[in-house]
Amino acid sequence: MLSSTNISFQYPNAGFQFPDVSVADKGHCLVLGKSGTGKTTFLHLLAGLLTPKTGEISIDGQVLRRLSASQLDQYRGKKIGIVFQKSYFIQAVSVIENLAWSQYLAGYPIDRDRIITLLKRLGVDHHAHHRPSGLSIGEQQRVSIARALINKPSVILADEPTSALDDENAEEVIHLLEEQASLENAALIIVTHDARIKSHFDQQILLGA
Amino acid sequence: MKLIKLSLQNLFYKPLSLVLSLTLFALGVGLIALMMTLNKQITQKFENNLAGIDLIIGAKGSPLQLVLNGLYHLDAPTGNIPLREVQAFMNPKHPLIKKAVPLSLGDTYSGFRIVGTTADFPELYKAELASGNWWKLPMEVTLGSSVAAVSKLKPGDTFISSHGLTSDDFNKHDHAPFKVIGILKETGTVCDQLVLTSAESIWEVHEHQAQPKNKDTTHTAKEKTENGLAEHSHTEKGDHDESDHDHDAEVDSSALAAREITTLLIQFKARNVMTLNMQRNINQNTQLQAATPAIEINRLFSLMGIGFDAIRALAWVIAFVSGLSIFISLYNSLKERKAELALMRVMGASPVSLFSLIILEGLAIAFFGYILGVLACHLVMFFSSDYLFQLYKYRFDAWDFIREEGFLLAGALSIGLAAAVIPAIQAYRTEIAKTLA
Repeated sequence: MLSSTNISFQYPNAGFQFPDVSVADKGHCLVLGKSGTGKTTFLHLLAGLLTPKTGEISIDGQVLRRLSASQLDQYRGKKIGIVFQKSYFIQAVSVIENLAWSQYLAGYPIDRDRIITLLKRLGVDHHAHHRPSGLSIGEQQRVSIARALINKPSVILADEPTSALDDENAEEVIHLLEEQASLENAALIIVTHDARIKSHFDQQILLGA
Repeated sequence: MKLIKLSLQNLFYKPLSLVLSLTLFALGVGLIALMMTLNKQITQKFENNLAGIDLIIGAKGSPLQLVLNGLYHLDAPTGNIPLREVQAFMNPKHPLIKKAVPLSLGDTYSGFRIVGTTADFPELYKAELASGNWWKLPMEVTLGSSVAAVSKLKPGDTFISSHGLTSDDFNKHDHAPFKVIGILKETGTVCDQLVLTSAESIWEVHEHQAQPKNKDTTHTAKEKTENGLAEHSHTEKGDHDESDHDHDAEVDSSALAAREITTLLIQFKARNVMTLNMQRNINQNTQLQAATPAIEINRLFSLMGIGFDAIRALAWVIAFVSGLSIFISLYNSLKERKAELALMRVMGASPVSLFSLIILEGLAIAFFGYILGVLACHLVMFFSSDYLFQLYKYRFDAWDFIREEGFLLAGALSIGLAAAVIPAIQAYRTEIAKTLA
């Protein structure tokens, strides 16, 4: 469950005012907008990576603004799963270790069974002991999704998850995100300019309109 | 714990840059450790061998050479001195002198010096018998422990000496074999490297050098009377009986007076103005030279110190450069890993964790570089110990770890820390939103 009210953000030379959002558990929301409309900024605000100038964001009833910096780090690790446009990993360790680090840094015990189960569900379990750099872009994106899900977050935020993928892969990634978010009872918010995936979502927000 | 593991995994992820950093660091640490260890052990050996000697008397020449030769058996002798000129110092009733030990040098056996001396000499080094007896008659010898170990000679064996410190075949005194009669326990001093015998043995060998060689025959050695030398005779058969030497034990006093020794080692009853005056008096008014070992050795150390200092300075430069290489490799890898660090922040890592991670990487390179360097230093000591033995006539203990190496670890870790601080601060300041935008 995520809701935001009256958020605005000020860059040194540009300001953004964002519409209010409210996404229930298992709810899906698509945030659309052209380049320069503040899509990524909006996502970073929702994830607590940036602090809004005005307004409030709450996740599971917790207002992010009320958390200290270190509390916010922990809270984010536990409650928010993020899939970025590009896949980022700890390059020096294997896929399974990357997911283990995600559990560890969020303050959870490392649960290898859960990691393997998740990798299986996303069809990349055969790469568990490989370094991420050896995987294809599509496979890397699946591992990113697995990592976003690993700590059973309340909210999954995806920033242009399909922009680097072909039609077939894009379709599949969106399908996986929806399916897995539902399985974990998480709210899903996807920020994109990709027209290919519009049809999937009932709840849509247009930025810069 | 997990951070330490990750820091190591990160280092191993870039093996080439790791190898470069480690090699440079190990080189710096190794050189410094080598300098410290060598310096320490050489100083220690030299000081052990002072053996309470306050003054060395010998022929005129370099005082340092006199000390190196007389006390450490490293350099060539400055020459010989007539025994009668120093006999006054050997008088037990001398008011200033506690002990005076004469040394006659000149011959060696397979690189080990044969020292003609008195029973006072082993006493200086607190040497004890391991087996056999002290030498008594001319041509009887007692071996230092290293000599016995290297030569494999046992009591009852005989050997032939050669002239000078080299052991080539041309200079062999093949007319006068020595007989091993005892072996000393190890003392850790120069005494281990010596063949001890009576002064008479040395005189005997050399008086014959002037004579035509005539092996396996009994002959009489006529010494030139104009030089004040007495007539004396002895046999030289391959199998030396003790009876052959009986007459040599009773050297008459005029003969003794005409004989020569190389140096006289002196222990004073107490060091005072009178002993200083005595040294000055010898140097100014006689054909002899008197030198104070402690002063000469300090002079030697200050001379060697210049070389040591130069190498040590070089080693610190290398250590600095290796610190720089750690800095550069961390800094570069940080640029590549910006997104990775931002990701770790997203996953819940605190800025302090990222700071620690980079610091740990710097410390890890320093720590393993230090281990490799110290190991290399002692391996070098180990494999060059034979060469060092040739050079200094001392066995160096390759695995003797000194306290300074502990300080060196602290120094190494400080360099690692200093090199990592700036990259670590950058990691601390990672801006997630900007980096992952």
